[in-house]
Amino acid sequence: MNKTIVSRRFTLLATLVGFCGLAIAQTPSGAPIRIGSTLALTGPLSATAQVHKIVGEIYVEQANKRGGWLGRPLEWIVKDDQSKPDLARTLYEQLVTVDKVDLLMGPYATGAILSAMGVAQRYDKVLVHHTFGIPSLAKYERAFPAWSLGSDPANTVPNTLFDALAAGPKPPKTVAVVTSKFPSIQFMSAGAREVLKKRGLTEVLFLEWDFGNRDFGPIANRIKDAKPDFVFVGAIGLDGNLLLDAMKKIDYVPPQHFYLYPSPAPLVTLPEAKNALSVTIFEEQQPFLNNVGAAEFVKLFRERATAAKLADPSVEVQAAASYTAWQILEAGVKATNGLDDKAIAAWLKANRVDTIQGRLRFDGTGNYGDDLMRIKQVQNGKWTVVYPKEFTAGGATLQAN
Amino acid sequence: MSGFTMPSATLLAQSILSGVFVGALYGLLGLGLSLSWGLLRLINLAHFAFAFLAAYLCYQMAQVGVDPLLALLIIVPMFFAIGAGLHWGMMKFQITPFNSLLITFGLTGIVEALIQTIWTADYRKLESSYGEHNFKLAGLYVPLPELITLGLAASLSFAVWAVLRYTDLGKALRASAEDAAVAAAFGINQRRNALLLAGACSALASIAGVCLALGFTLAPSQIYAWIGVVFAAVMLGGLGRALAPLIAGVVIGVSEAVAMAVTAPSWAPLVSFTLLIAILLFRPGRAA
Repeated sequence: MNKTIVSRRFTLLATLVGFCGLAIAQTPSGAPIRIGSTLALTGPLSATAQVHKIVGEIYVEQANKRGGWLGRPLEWIVKDDQSKPDLARTLYEQLVTVDKVDLLMGPYATGAILSAMGVAQRYDKVLVHHTFGIPSLAKYERAFPAWSLGSDPANTVPNTLFDALAAGPKPPKTVAVVTSKFPSIQFMSAGAREVLKKRGLTEVLFLEWDFGNRDFGPIANRIKDAKPDFVFVGAIGLDGNLLLDAMKKIDYVPPQHFYLYPSPAPLVTLPEAKNALSVTIFEEQQPFLNNVGAAEFVKLFRERATAAKLADPSVEVQAAASYTAWQILEAGVKATNGLDDKAIAAWLKANRVDTIQGRLRFDGTGNYGDDLMRIKQVQNGKWTVVYPKEFTAGGATLQAN
Repeated sequence: MSGFTMPSATLLAQSILSGVFVGALYGLLGLGLSLSWGLLRLINLAHFAFAFLAAYLCYQMAQVGVDPLLALLIIVPMFFAIGAGLHWGMMKFQITPFNSLLITFGLTGIVEALIQTIWTADYRKLESSYGEHNFKLAGLYVPLPELITLGLAASLSFAVWAVLRYTDLGKALRASAEDAAVAAAFGINQRRNALLLAGACSALASIAGVCLALGFTLAPSQIYAWIGVVFAAVMLGGLGRALAPLIAGVVIGVSEAVAMAVTAPSWAPLVSFTLLIAILLFRPGRAA
């Protein structure tokens, strides 16, 4: 009996010691590792930048709970670049020279990333960036992309799209390409034109508009008049919604339609967007949720995004790329067991990193790896991956209007 | 495919109709600006900010079930008071026309920041029953919100024209703009008239704002997207005129729409500004 009590006491003590030890091991100590970045917290890009802010906060919190990096706590210094690339450049200079941060994290969006890349290059810092849309401009050898669109997306992404359409219920023969002249869009649309010609499809209409175009009525009229089987819309932000609104006014429903980089939440909620196609690197469905850290992140992001009253609390391209960026940086720091930018960059170039997008490599042009863009479609009021088949869930297939 | 293409008759007719509708909005936005510039000698860039603020207020009221057109009953008096108050400040500090441009530009930035703080930088779309009603006329689609805009623009332009031409107030305003000293000698209360006119200009901006909300998606940064083309309509029509902004707006709107039908949408601004430059070059007296 006494033996049992002693044994129980010993077990209890051992458990307590074990818990304490675990707690000590998980409590980071020492000077924090300071990571600096800017985000468009105000200005026209602020709505999307809020996603990146929430993701960064979640990641730093998770990392500190896990014991920090190298046993030290993480501290994220984020400054407001007001959606201005020129200000981003100044603030990154400040982060390096005045705040003397240990590491840099990329800003949002393409213009600001390009500015930050210049500063990072000047000071030989590693820069992992979230959603840089023009890989050919990523010339700095220590810049690493978290958005896996491959080094030649103007070729690979349209090919994936036309493969999906060819495997769908109504393979198109005629295509209308209408596009914004926004830099990260225009070259992708040009790529789509090349690809469709190589595939023997007929381009029945090509139109461009300036970023910030107010009136989509004439564009809708032209599309209707051209009678295409498929409409490729080089859309950014709300272009897709505005074009669909204009189409509705003239009672036109495109047989099949694709939007390159739409604001996901507004488009998916629009009734006219039924069967609209787009691209994605991550959706809240299998098999993406099996990737490392994905399920927990999706749960946390939903909670925080709902509390922050974001229009859409789901994890898709922006949030996934943002979380991936932190995973990449952490992998580099932990593998090299230090904060040396040169060593981190060399390790990332030579190794693969498991992320919520899947396993990434950085040994291609501009440190880009594989094109992991998948085709998704608005079905029953939500985005559903429809191509390739191995990334679909519940037997989802591409639909036509 | 990106060069000149011959449009079908239906496409051309539909484009011209779209041009008339958007031109009516240019005219409505330009009406208050033209009156303020021509009769008060104040270049009020905040006119566009007021229009967008009114659009957002209309959007907000629609969220609680207020019909956008009924919202005018609240919005119009509110903006009349704002416009009159702004002009009172301008008069008190004896602001010159050039300085009015700078001050109202600053005010535009403040209003933009205010809108962004309250409604965020996200796009907002007013969903109203008007948006659901389109009808077909001779094979062409006629959206109700755009038709309402055209109706308001035409009726307000004619009403302002009639007031300026046939009423004592209109004659007094024109006289003051022509020669303030002589008008004062005839006993015209210029201060009161100026406040009335400034209030009316802002009220007109607010009506244009409600039309914007009815037909377009709203974003704070969109304030600046309208300035160039509406200035072109005002300059093309001539300052201080009531019907001219509407006519010039429709000319620009139709020119843009036809350009978009036969070439590419990115050519549209080129058309409106080429028209403006041509008019300024060949008829320099019009804009003075």
